[in-house]
Amino acid sequence: MSTVANTPKLWGGGKSPFNIEYGKVMMWYFLMSDAFTFGAFLIAYGTTRFATNGWPDPNEVFRSFPFAPEGVHAPLVFVSIMTFILIISSVTMVLAVHEGHAMNKKGVAKYLIWTIIGGLAFLSCQAWEWTHLFHEGAWWGRNPFINADGSASTSNFTNFFFTITGFHGFHVFSGVVINVIMLIMTLMGKFDQRGHYLMIEKAGLYWHFVDLVWVFVFTCFYLI
Amino acid sequence: MEHTIESLAHEHHAGGGRKEIYRVTIILSVFTVIELVIGFGMIGMPDGFLRSFLKGVIVIFMLAKAAYIVGYFMHLKHEVRNFIMTIVVPLFLFVWFIIAFLADGNSYKNLRNNFDRHHKESSLEKAPVKEEHGSESHTGAAE
Repeated sequence: MSTVANTPKLWGGGKSPFNIEYGKVMMWYFLMSDAFTFGAFLIAYGTTRFATNGWPDPNEVFRSFPFAPEGVHAPLVFVSIMTFILIISSVTMVLAVHEGHAMNKKGVAKYLIWTIIGGLAFLSCQAWEWTHLFHEGAWWGRNPFINADGSASTSNFTNFFFTITGFHGFHVFSGVVINVIMLIMTLMGKFDQRGHYLMIEKAGLYWHFVDLVWVFVFTCFYLI
Repeated sequence: MEHTIESLAHEHHAGGGRKEIYRVTIILSVFTVIELVIGFGMIGMPDGFLRSFLKGVIVIFMLAKAAYIVGYFMHLKHEVRNFIMTIVVPLFLFVWFIIAFLADGNSYKNLRNNFDRHHKESSLEKAPVKEEHGSESHTGAAE
């Protein structure tokens, strides 16, 4: 009898077992599925690399810098700037979420604007890099770069590069669009009406995930 | 107390705060700088144990960065334990995923190199020197 009397407390509803809002739970599960998509892409890239005798040297391929004179050799420099842009925009997004907890509309708007600027800066960098590589003759199905050991390469390298950085860039782009919508809703006072800034947290989760994926893409394509 | 959206929104979890945000920012930046320093050091290094070892070190820093972003920026560290498990446990599939596929790729390469002489010889042949505008660093003898 006593156990029966105790159970209604747990099963009576009104309690959130995960102690977070439904939308945030679902955002997490969406991001997990997205992580598997990116994981599948990157593992396909890794498998192909492991199955191939030669591979182009990323320090030869990604060696240019905007406005630098022709023939300048600056491996890793441009991509490290892109990486720091994304890390900093992730930080400003955390600060926006932080201001949201304090119900500070102005603070949220300020940091969202910085995050959007960071996202746009990253996209511009990527646009420049893609354009530059395209003018060097690289595109899906075309690879002008020879392997590090001097042997002829296949288009696997460029196919994976453009597909994966393109898919990531598409995520950055949609993240910027989401952040712009969040900024408009903030400025309209939508979240003050609701009494909470949970929407900013969900947009923030997505934005951090974009940064997280870049950590992996950056390492896999440019560093190793 | 009943849980409503409002009560969940204003629930103050452990951790957070600007201090923690700045601390994690510095850690992420330092890790990135270390990765880049190793990356610069690896330029022109011949294949071998040291190069593979450094690649392993970079991967460890990469995973540490991922853990900091997910744990602190995405706040997962401060969520309820059961919720953390629903996210983290499925990701362990990646352990199998990575080992199985990379081993498969490696085995395919070895089989082809051992039993397909044409493949091996043609993959070692030097690429013909092409005159490609923009790739001047490869072609020292361009006109």
